[in-house]
Amino acid sequence: MTTPGTPLVELRGITKRFGSLVANDDIDLSVAEGEVLALLGENGAGKSTLTRILYGLSRADAGEIRIGGRPVAVDSPADALAAGIGMVTQEFSLVGTMTVTENLMLAGSSLGRVDRRAARARVVAAAERLGVPVDPDAVVERLSVGERQRVEILKALIGECRLLVLDEPTAVLVPADVDLLFASIRRLTAEGLAVVFISHKLHEVVDLADRIGILRRGRLVADLPAEGLDPVAIAALMVGGSTTAAGADDEALATAVGLDTPAATPDRAPVDTTGPAALEITGLTLAGDPRPRVDDVTLSVRAGEVVGVAGVSGNGQTELVAVLCGTTAASSGTVRVGGTEITGLDPAARLRAGLGRLTEDRRGSVVLGMSVEHNLAIEDLDRFRTGPFLSRRRVRAHAERLIERFDIRASPADPIRSLSGGNMQKVLLARAIERDPTVLVASQPTRGLDVGACEYVYAQLRALRDAGSGVLLVSEDLDELLGIADRIVVLSGGRVVGELAAADATREALGVLMTGGAEARAERAA
Amino acid sequence: MDFPVVAVIAATLTIATPLVFGALGALLGERAGVLNLGIEGTLYVGAFVGFLVAARTGSLTLAVLCAVVSGALAGALVALLTVTLGVNQHVAGIGTTLLLVAACDFANRLLFSGGSQTTTVTFDRWFAGLPPFAQYPMTYVGFLLLAPAVWWVIRSTGAGLRLSAVGENPEAADTAGVSVAATRWTALVVGGALMALGGSFLTLSLLGTFTLDIVSGRGWICIALVIFGRWRVWPIVLGALLFGLFDALQLQLAITPAFGSVPNELLIALPYFVVIAALAVRGRGVRYPGAYLIPYRRA
Repeated sequence: MTTPGTPLVELRGITKRFGSLVANDDIDLSVAEGEVLALLGENGAGKSTLTRILYGLSRADAGEIRIGGRPVAVDSPADALAAGIGMVTQEFSLVGTMTVTENLMLAGSSLGRVDRRAARARVVAAAERLGVPVDPDAVVERLSVGERQRVEILKALIGECRLLVLDEPTAVLVPADVDLLFASIRRLTAEGLAVVFISHKLHEVVDLADRIGILRRGRLVADLPAEGLDPVAIAALMVGGSTTAAGADDEALATAVGLDTPAATPDRAPVDTTGPAALEITGLTLAGDPRPRVDDVTLSVRAGEVVGVAGVSGNGQTELVAVLCGTTAASSGTVRVGGTEITGLDPAARLRAGLGRLTEDRRGSVVLGMSVEHNLAIEDLDRFRTGPFLSRRRVRAHAERLIERFDIRASPADPIRSLSGGNMQKVLLARAIERDPTVLVASQPTRGLDVGACEYVYAQLRALRDAGSGVLLVSEDLDELLGIADRIVVLSGGRVVGELAAADATREALGVLMTGGAEARAERAA
Repeated sequence: MDFPVVAVIAATLTIATPLVFGALGALLGERAGVLNLGIEGTLYVGAFVGFLVAARTGSLTLAVLCAVVSGALAGALVALLTVTLGVNQHVAGIGTTLLLVAACDFANRLLFSGGSQTTTVTFDRWFAGLPPFAQYPMTYVGFLLLAPAVWWVIRSTGAGLRLSAVGENPEAADTAGVSVAATRWTALVVGGALMALGGSFLTLSLLGTFTLDIVSGRGWICIALVIFGRWRVWPIVLGALLFGLFDALQLQLAITPAFGSVPNELLIALPYFVVIAALAVRGRGVRYPGAYLIPYRRA
């Protein structure tokens, strides 16, 4: 039994390095019985690393974990479970073809006869603690994501955990499931369970957490009671600006996060506001269950303009791009490129109509088994044909030209598989830009790239814009959007929930829109 | 014309017996995510080793035991290749079959100077006075003991739960503390033993002799039966009976004067046509175990 005041689980001096990167830098953090600790920070700030260490999926280079005041070695998930630490990761580990009860019986079952009735009773009892009905006989693959998450939590509860770690539990949930989850967490903490909870949605954090720990670049920069904090103040702490100047001084904020302020390039062509828009999307909808994935989206990109699309991952961006590229058919709405309707066209016809694309799945956009030159030629084979045959000479010459122009660090015959992410992106950029698209749809173009490669991508996108093409930049990186876009639209739940001119936009303003803070505030005001 | 219904039923059960052993052996591996194409060779080894030991010692019990051990070793070879070394399952399985068939033929040539062998001791039929029940002991074991046992193990034991979890989602099984490698090894070793037991039925019960190509594709039939039965015990047993029925029928038709003008080869092919037709119908839209053919490596 822990005496009041003694934390249940304590992290002391946790340090973890990956090469030269310090993912966790001397972190001290603790959580008490019945307490909800929210861990916040941008992508790459070290939250996931910290929770992985806590659950034994990663080993710290230095520091210790104490439970009830005693140091404990947590070298594997089994150790963590034995110490009373349970974790629900973003990727569930459930067997889809089995029932809920069977999944929960799997851990620690003997080889012999299993007592289904007793196991079922345990599931029912645990569901009662959770306060949410769970059908113990349901086959897992037929359950919704929210229900599967409950099964994962049940798994931890049946394992008698005292600290439950939830890694972005609400990222995949619909609002009704979020409410149920929060109600469950409140019930469980009332019984004394401690919860560590990672989220990007600031208003949720304010709602649920007792205490907030903020990580920035591997360091714990704040550890304070949640009471009295509002989303704007938290966002400022996350990005490192001052709380007082939130929203007022975005130049200082941009400097703080290491980004140049968006300066107009001198030879930039003015945005063409007279001719047909480079990309005109009207009422675009992609039906989904239970809600549309893309919901009545209307937006336009003028020639010579970069329009950014911001949003928390999973709010319709991927689907929007798929519908634009023609890999998914829209349920309703129209898409025009340079005034020509392309709504019903297949992907190849869209390319010919002037829609360039840079999709978020880089490795899915190339044929991994083929060479650089073939990947560069594959979208436009007709140009390289002599009768039915491919002209190897012309393919090679084309590749050499693009390699030179786009500074791709590879030779034409190299297998594309062997290229780094940055180089592969250069190949894809070359392929898209070389066709001189009317509009380029670029989805997460810098994901996973190093700083140099990012700069390269930005330079290319700016050059394309300056040459008079439209660019639709879909990104989860707000600094990127603020740095390049002229306008930023915000997607939430598949809908456009706001639009800001880049000059007026701040991280905070975008963050509040992205996380539905506007709605939350409206609710509070109402 | 008086059609010998009882004789056909009796023959159906006899013919289906090695298929039940083989297919249930294959089922264990496949439920764990490993397709064991060494099955044809494993049946062959069971048939040969069973015959060899029975011929040399005169002990049927010892012969069956040795056949089981040889099958377990064949399963272990496939496990070593596919589970431990992560070799492509098709290559490992077909390689194992080629190796085992050739090794048995070679041993047969060395020990018996090749060719078909003289008869040896065989099991007696039980209930000889009651025609449909006049079956070899292994037929009773296969249908009345083995099939219910495999069904019960898969459905009602922790071992069965682990087996299915490993075959469906090895990551989930691993997180739950189930050893994927150990589960797959066990499934393949036990499965191999069952396959060889089925092979030994051919020499120790049915023919009492070892001839080249004695298995003649029964292993592949078993693989088809597992798909036909959608990885479930009773549909697989039913499939084996169906094949047995058509084989028994063609045997009967071959000696029925009215069918004298039908080429014998066509009749022999009949049950195989049925298997192809059945697979064409039942094999569509089949849902394979989630981790079928995929080696497991921890991320």
